[in-house]
Amino acid sequence: MKFRPLLIVAALAACVPALAEEVTVYSARIEQLIKPLFDAYTKETGVQVKFVTGQEGPLMERLKAEGQNTPADLLLTVDAGNLWQAEQQGLLKPVKSAVLNTNVPAHLRDAAGSWYGLSIRARTIFYNTGKVKPADLSSYEDLASAKWKGRLCLRTAKKVYNQSLVGTMIARMGEPKTESIVRGWVANLAADPFSDDEALLKAIGAGQCDVGIANTYYYGRVMQRDPKQPIGIFWPNQKSSGVHVNISGAGVTRYAKHEAAAIRLLEWLSSDKAQNLYADVNMEYPVNPKVKPDERVAAWGDFKHDFINVAKAGELQSTAVKLMDRAGYR
Amino acid sequence: MDTAIPPSAPLPPLSDRWRPKLDESLLAWLIAAITLLPLAVVAASLLQPQREIWAHLGEFVLPRLLSNTAWLVAGVGGGTLLLGVSLAWLTAVYDFPGRRHFAWALALPLAMPAYVLAFVQIGLYDYTGPLQGWLRASFGDSHGFPPIRSRGGVILTLTLALYPYVYLLARNAFQTQGKRALEAAAALGLSRRQGFWRVALPMARPWLVGGVTLALMECLADFGTVATFNYDTFTTAIYKAWFALFNLPAASQLASLLVLLVLVLVLLEQKVRGDRRYTGGRSGAARPDRLSPWRGWLAAGYCLAVLALAFLIPLAQLLIWAKSVAAEQLDLRYFGFVGRSLLLSGGAALLVVGLALILAYVVRRRRDWPSRLAARLATLGYAVPGTVLAVGVFVPISWLENALIDSIKILGLGQPTQILQGTLLVMLLAYAARFLAVAFEPTQAAMQRITASQEEAAASMGLGRRALMRRIHLPMLRGGLLTAALMVFVDVMKEMPITLMTRPFGWDTLSVRVFEMTSEGQWEMAALPSVAIVLAGLLPVILLARDTEKDA
Repeated sequence: MKFRPLLIVAALAACVPALAEEVTVYSARIEQLIKPLFDAYTKETGVQVKFVTGQEGPLMERLKAEGQNTPADLLLTVDAGNLWQAEQQGLLKPVKSAVLNTNVPAHLRDAAGSWYGLSIRARTIFYNTGKVKPADLSSYEDLASAKWKGRLCLRTAKKVYNQSLVGTMIARMGEPKTESIVRGWVANLAADPFSDDEALLKAIGAGQCDVGIANTYYYGRVMQRDPKQPIGIFWPNQKSSGVHVNISGAGVTRYAKHEAAAIRLLEWLSSDKAQNLYADVNMEYPVNPKVKPDERVAAWGDFKHDFINVAKAGELQSTAVKLMDRAGYR
Repeated sequence: MDTAIPPSAPLPPLSDRWRPKLDESLLAWLIAAITLLPLAVVAASLLQPQREIWAHLGEFVLPRLLSNTAWLVAGVGGGTLLLGVSLAWLTAVYDFPGRRHFAWALALPLAMPAYVLAFVQIGLYDYTGPLQGWLRASFGDSHGFPPIRSRGGVILTLTLALYPYVYLLARNAFQTQGKRALEAAAALGLSRRQGFWRVALPMARPWLVGGVTLALMECLADFGTVATFNYDTFTTAIYKAWFALFNLPAASQLASLLVLLVLVLVLLEQKVRGDRRYTGGRSGAARPDRLSPWRGWLAAGYCLAVLALAFLIPLAQLLIWAKSVAAEQLDLRYFGFVGRSLLLSGGAALLVVGLALILAYVVRRRRDWPSRLAARLATLGYAVPGTVLAVGVFVPISWLENALIDSIKILGLGQPTQILQGTLLVMLLAYAARFLAVAFEPTQAAMQRITASQEEAAASMGLGRRALMRRIHLPMLRGGLLTAALMVFVDVMKEMPITLMTRPFGWDTLSVRVFEMTSEGQWEMAALPSVAIVLAGLLPVILLARDTEKDA
């Protein structure tokens, strides 16, 4: 019976892949923001999380090309527009989960369960505190009025954040009205559109422009580095539609090999414990209403959200892009 | 080496061993297939008309993009030619203070990715940057300062990033095509300046055209730089169709048009270059002319200004940013990033130069149009935006992968999940599709230097093909091959979209790191991996420049 130990070892080796549960994630959210979470998940559950990061478009093409043999179980992206597109292209699989339905409010997830928001990102107005009084500000629409001529800064229309903002405006006001507002914005520009939000906020701080639109977590980063900058945050449309919010989120892939494990990871990401971590690393807002935002974030004050389902942004994305092209917004 | 075979020697009959055993142009087409397959995938989109998108793009987007792209091509083409040729000529032919150092240092910007230079330039010279900030603090305003986020700014940035391609190849030409020719020109009574215009420049044409072609192809495929400047080019339309309108067929159609445009340019260039053969030994190290003191200092000042703008100041800014985040960002993982970047670059350099060598060899031996066409097509990948090419590479590989997996399942041999995908071979082939042009230009330029009479003489002495390759070709090609290898090495180090798309799990490299940080607009954090890319590319670039220097 000399070979029995060998047999046992072989039998054990055969079991190992079955024991070590793992989930594979394609992520458009960068490593810096997701790795801490996955590490925490692995520590808590022993489940290994393998991931690769990239741009949304190529990741979706990769999923499509790999088809049934894809190793990916979960697709993680920012902006509902991207998730909506992934769903439209048949890359995601609807899942039913009471936990997710409780943790994620209805307007921040797909009705059929193809994707779920995991953090909220608010796109709001910022102003130079030396040149603008908050009382002068009211809404996104108002930034098109003549009093802001030569005072407005915008990020490029190529960024999905602006496409979603304009998309929800179209959903609310229709195309002609939205187009005239976007034209008004373009006419008011103080400088060529910026390629990123941080540069735009710094330009507001330096006085190149007086007002602009950006996501709040960029503001958090800029102010964290240099708290003395004269940049104020303003919550627009409080008497009307509310502040434009979008999500970062995820969906289970159509051909997920570890579907159950993927759903468990998703549920965990929406839970109290993970929500803090998930939103805090990037100074975003948690989607889970039971969870309070990070105190740095809470200090910016409460505000009314736009409760339109974020899926609308995806649906109207190409309409928005074409509208912005027509209006000369680059 | 100076194998002085009198050109008048009678040509000996070629021995039978010279006849090709396997059809060599077939080999060329096989290599070209590495590039053609992804391009075919991209071009297949032409079969699915996207009328609505085209109508929209045609009316509101394309007119401005085309004029922007034309400006960029003209500006960067002219700019790289001007900088590259003038610097190469100065350092090759004249002696002035610091010449020896400038000769290699002027190649250093090659180590700096254009997309990195872009965000550094904006960081430095935009309204919120230190220079304009200082102007405002000192003079109250900075309105006289030209905006960096402008057409001029993009052209300047791309010119500074890409001129080393022209510089290196031009310098190689001026060094190697024989100072003798210049001396002959001088003996005929031509001044140095006349010698430049009438002898050196025309003789250097294949090298110059090669260098400018590389710069322009890179410029047409560029996305990172123009995106940072928010300057809309043809590439922007490709990305808009894909990422914003989610219409990949339309994006691919635009990319196919771009490839077609480049193909036409390349064929035109071929026509212009014609069948002219350029040869010349590495002989005749004429002493460089010493410039008069004030001219010498002027030359030194010019070199220093270019070097400072393109490399020293941006690197200083990167270092300042990197230092500010190093404490929290720099950790052991950087060994992994650097190691993988080096491994990929090294592997790709070997593979791609090998392929380029075969290709150039076949073209030289056959000189027929199928081989030449194969070589031209093989080098088109460089003009396709990396992200689009990545999809073109990925689709056929996934198809093959799925077919393999299915057949293994059917044969009952197991349940594999991944075979090819996420292997380095796939990555290397994808790099080959993109960078064959980079390796081919210097290889072919060097190949053109070997005279037919040298080969024939060797053959007449009974050297077989292999011995000929080993004893005549390789030694004479050494410089060109090294140039090719180092250029591919540095280019792969900087490459981003293909690496992003085809890398295996956990195979993050330095450029992936830069992508992650810049995609969030975090320039300070992107500075750290950027500095690492520059430093890792520094040694190869210095070797590259030193190699052309040694020939002098």
